[in-house]
Amino acid sequence: MSTPVLDCRGLRKVFRGEVVLHELDLTVAEHEAVVLIGASGSGKSTLLRCVNLLEPLDDGSIHLDGEHITDPRTDPDRVRRRIGMVFQSYNLFPHLNVLDNVTLAPRRVHAVSRARAEAEAMRLLERVGLAGKAREYPDRLSGGQQQRVAIVRSLACAPRLMLLDEVTSALDPELVGEVLSLVRELRADGMTMVIATHEMGFAREVADRVCFLDGGRIVEQGPPEQVLGDPREPRTRQFLERVLAAGRL
Amino acid sequence: MTVISDTGRDAEPGYRPSPLQRARIAHRRRQTVLSVVVAAASTAVVGVLAVVAVTGAPGWQRVRESFLDPAIARESLPLVLHGLWLNVRLLVFCAVGALLLGLAIALLRTLRPAVFFPLRALAASYTYLFRGTPLLIVLYLLTFGVPGLRLQGTPSLLVLGGIALTIVYAAYLAEVFRAGIESVHPSQRAAARSLGLTHGQTMRHVVLPQALRRVAPPMLNDLVALQKDVGLISLAGPIDAIRMAQIQTAEHYNYTPYLVAGALFVLMAIPLIAVTDWVTLRAARRQSAEAAA
Repeated sequence: MSTPVLDCRGLRKVFRGEVVLHELDLTVAEHEAVVLIGASGSGKSTLLRCVNLLEPLDDGSIHLDGEHITDPRTDPDRVRRRIGMVFQSYNLFPHLNVLDNVTLAPRRVHAVSRARAEAEAMRLLERVGLAGKAREYPDRLSGGQQQRVAIVRSLACAPRLMLLDEVTSALDPELVGEVLSLVRELRADGMTMVIATHEMGFAREVADRVCFLDGGRIVEQGPPEQVLGDPREPRTRQFLERVLAAGRL
Repeated sequence: MTVISDTGRDAEPGYRPSPLQRARIAHRRRQTVLSVVVAAASTAVVGVLAVVAVTGAPGWQRVRESFLDPAIARESLPLVLHGLWLNVRLLVFCAVGALLLGLAIALLRTLRPAVFFPLRALAASYTYLFRGTPLLIVLYLLTFGVPGLRLQGTPSLLVLGGIALTIVYAAYLAEVFRAGIESVHPSQRAAARSLGLTHGQTMRHVVLPQALRRVAPPMLNDLVALQKDVGLISLAGPIDAIRMAQIQTAEHYNYTPYLVAGALFVLMAIPLIAVTDWVTLRAARRQSAEAAA
């Protein structure tokens, strides 16, 4: 078997005495889309933030393409260049227009010339149907448009791995679709992804593997039909019943 | 707040306000007229009272002679104006210096790695020390104390005084900048770092542009305060507007030159104050636009 893109072993994270991640293991192969489900506070976001080295670990190790990235001697900036992250609240830079948001990292981090960075950014914006908004500032865009720009901003750095942290949770229901269809396209392109989401229908459709997290542990994982359709663990069943009752499935 | 229906500008064809709405518009108009009339009347009353109280005072005649002598004002104006040119130049240098030094100190205070602890502690104590010390004492220490050391190459009193003003105002501006930097939401930093930007790049391209925009009003306000405090340099000896007024006052046994200097300082402040108000207004508008979005 080839080296996995992401290999997390025994991740432990404690916030103020509360254990958020419990010796958690997760492996993601190339071109694989892994979806994390679970209640708020189950550790999904923390796991993604740890992988991107935005949160320091309290134990365990993370390997990216076989390289140990949680070694204290690793330069986190160099690691983050290879990982794209998209946040629930978009986090576009409000003082920069769409084009500058997308080209900031290629130009400053990857030392790409302005002309090349902008050409590539326009190509990506074209693909998501937002080329016409290149000169607009984020506050003139709808939530769905902002989130698509945020995804493009990550893609512009040609990441090895994309981390999507509840990217539709802050959107009005009618805007969820446009963002999810973009994620579907990424999936079709073979992007390796770890996706935290509350959209069970989307999880079933896009995931190669679904992991159910509870209390900082992966309680159950497997193909979406099995985990979402016929869960083995009572806790998974209970969670899905509650989601179903809330009308989110 | 303006109600669109009041102005009638947005009236769509075919829309006629209901009788109730027309009555409402008429009522609002009456209220507006009434409030203008009341404001004008009360201003007039207060103004008349103030004039009567001052000019009716038993010592008014003497005060007018020693503070408001038009002949002495005319005579001292060019001299005081010449002195003011020194204040203007000093203001420009001190403002630029204090902005740069303040920004540097604010940035030092944001450095997290332990190696920088001494710098961080130094920057923090700087803001404590110089915000706490009266400006006058710093000015005296630099302009009387430093030359007293009799070191080779001691700069002029004017430069030393300028340094005193710069280091004190840098302490205030540093706190203004720090407040701005801390007001930028941590998620902005997370987004920038997740793209691979370093701490420095994140500061320069993401945090500072947003922070500076937010703190522009208090920052300009500190510069307005600085523009009047440059007059304190007169206490160290250089002949600026206030020093010149003092000399003229002694020459004529009359305080009118001080009033001339005061008036000139106010005139010099007006453009900066106007800019501050304009920037503040714009910031408030943008904020309410953000809140509405």
